[in-house]
Amino acid sequence: MSIIIYSILVLVLTAGIAAVILYFVAQKFKVIEDPRIDLIAEKLPGANCGGCGYTGCRALAETIVNASSLEGLRCPVGGDKTINDIAEILGLEVSASTPQIAVVRCNGGKLNTTAKVQYDGVQDCLYAHLNMSSEGGCPNGCLGLGNCVGVCAFDAIIIDKESGLPIVDEEKCVSCGACVKACPRKIIELRNKGIKNRRVFVSCVNTEKGGLAKKNCNVACIGCGKCEKVCEFDAIKIENNLAYIDFTKCKLCRKCVTECPTGAILEINFPPKKEKIAVEQAEAIQN
Amino acid sequence: MKTFNRGGVHPQENKLTNDSTIEVFPLPKQAVVFVSQHLGAPSTLIVQKGDKVKTGQLIAKAEQFICANTHSPYTGTITKIDVATDFTGYKKPAIYIDVEEDEWLEGIDSSTEIVREIKLDSNQIIEKIKEMGIVGLGGAAFPTHIKYMIPQGKKADYLIINAVECEPYLTSDYRIMNERAEECLIGVEILKKALNVEKALVGVESNKPDAIEHLTNTAKRFEGIEIIPLKTKYPQGAEKQLIYALTKREVPSGKLPIEVGCVVNNIGTAQAVYYAVQKNMPLIQNILTLTGKNVKQKKNLLVRVGTPIQSVIDYCGGLPEGTGKVISGGPMMGKAISELSAPTVKTTSAILLMSNKESSRKEVTNCLRCGKCVSVCPMGLEPIQIAQFAENRLWEEAEKTLAMDCIECGCCLFTCPAGRPLLDLVRISKNHIGEIRRQRAQK
Repeated sequence: MSIIIYSILVLVLTAGIAAVILYFVAQKFKVIEDPRIDLIAEKLPGANCGGCGYTGCRALAETIVNASSLEGLRCPVGGDKTINDIAEILGLEVSASTPQIAVVRCNGGKLNTTAKVQYDGVQDCLYAHLNMSSEGGCPNGCLGLGNCVGVCAFDAIIIDKESGLPIVDEEKCVSCGACVKACPRKIIELRNKGIKNRRVFVSCVNTEKGGLAKKNCNVACIGCGKCEKVCEFDAIKIENNLAYIDFTKCKLCRKCVTECPTGAILEINFPPKKEKIAVEQAEAIQN
Repeated sequence: MKTFNRGGVHPQENKLTNDSTIEVFPLPKQAVVFVSQHLGAPSTLIVQKGDKVKTGQLIAKAEQFICANTHSPYTGTITKIDVATDFTGYKKPAIYIDVEEDEWLEGIDSSTEIVREIKLDSNQIIEKIKEMGIVGLGGAAFPTHIKYMIPQGKKADYLIINAVECEPYLTSDYRIMNERAEECLIGVEILKKALNVEKALVGVESNKPDAIEHLTNTAKRFEGIEIIPLKTKYPQGAEKQLIYALTKREVPSGKLPIEVGCVVNNIGTAQAVYYAVQKNMPLIQNILTLTGKNVKQKKNLLVRVGTPIQSVIDYCGGLPEGTGKVISGGPMMGKAISELSAPTVKTTSAILLMSNKESSRKEVTNCLRCGKCVSVCPMGLEPIQIAQFAENRLWEEAEKTLAMDCIECGCCLFTCPAGRPLLDLVRISKNHIGEIRRQRAQK
């Protein structure tokens, strides 16, 4: 019996001493952390994609708490809602931003270029980029090996089997910019999502002279300058034989789309043109 | 017999052109010459459209530190200054020449007479090498004169000449050793003088017994040149491996050969140096092996820089049926050519036509954990581990596993029974690590 009592006494005593020691150690090595970091981190998506430019959601939360204003600090994934919630916690003001989306600026792929050689190396865009121009011969175009797919944390990009080009899922893309960094040829760009998701952009990054570019690809920008002339809003600039539409100036009038001789300028999410429907209907009636 | 300390493979030698003597390739009618044909900063073009150039005339000047001169390999008129497609399919600045006759610039001795006496001193030799645009003909095209500007506090003990030619199929060095041994050895003597060393070691693999014998006999007339037979093993011709095989010295990780008192050059470079210093002839032509199992006429050709690759293939009987890959260089380290109309450059030492069956990649299966890639790696790396880091995009881990020490010899890929693209993945890692290091340096 006494053995049990002694054991209990010794254990209780040890526990008591340990508790006292632990209390003082905890006081001594206390790390004072701003409780708001946890609150903010909770609001962030937690994907740790790095789209904000910091090494993860918690790193962004820490930076936000230490910053005096929210200028330049935002989570591209969470968008306006997240940053507004965070601003509420901190009692700061935040201006609304324009939502963006990743845009693949190449329309070559298997359908518009003819493969002259076959690449059989490792399925990695960077490796192919280091060793060859591309199967079709364009030194700037999409290689279709999917480095952008591999880095997307949101499953928003897939390679289309038919065309061999990446397709961005508008619902899933959060414009974190991981694919922009992963593309060795800088084909993917973050552009404003546009009113009703409508966008007009030059789907080509080839900087070769017109003839050379057209030789390898049916839908290459040849730098002819027609779009630049027709644009009323001064949104298009030709540089290095390549047109670029400034999305902050573009008013989506689509004059350049009809003017482009190679079809390098794409319009997205516009309703089909009326004349086109009329022609199709007429054809249908005739048949 | 001497060899390097670890790893290595012995691929089938396939030296099919061993017995074909060097043939002079006829001048093309139109030629495209790239402005920069070396590793480093681009050269500055000094000619204009419509200019008449003579063979050997300077067309692009080296104005930065790691840079080399380019000379015109032809006599004729410059019709166009534009870009041209190189064999990878990328465009590079080039000049287009309509070739007329072959009139060498005054002061160049284009005869075959051998000039033995070396009149220049060390600094003059280095200056001459620089002027004549000599680059390393082993494949990397590194400007040769830079290797001879020894940094302060370092001293060279040995000049090491790479006459190993460990790549299968290639025979250009073998041919010049047999046919032009004296020129090569005078070249070695010049380099020795430039470096101020007593001894030059020439490593030759034992699969070329006649070349070894011929060189040894010729070397008797020279002082301080030793011909050393080496065991046939790939990649003996890699700088660090060759230094170990010949001197038992090991170059530390991330350091240059001069750290252990060695300077390494190829035997072909030595010959080019002979022409440059003794005969004033710039680097405008090289020996090219056109080979492949199905090629009708396999040849060793003396080709001027700027000759279209297609015309060389046509000269040797055209592209055989079922050709899977055309490779510039050997089968182990060469690069696949994606544009046959591209011209040759200073370092095009071979064009290899491989059949589809021979050149296609093995089917990739799961890693067997057999460790073969580790045992054959001549740098003592673990290719599979680096490859796994690369697959998971862990570049910093790959850096810690010394991916940057990889010499890209391809032994791991060659030996892997599961056909895993180990070298490709290591190269990707090296590229990313390079990027990370540049960012670090900026900070």
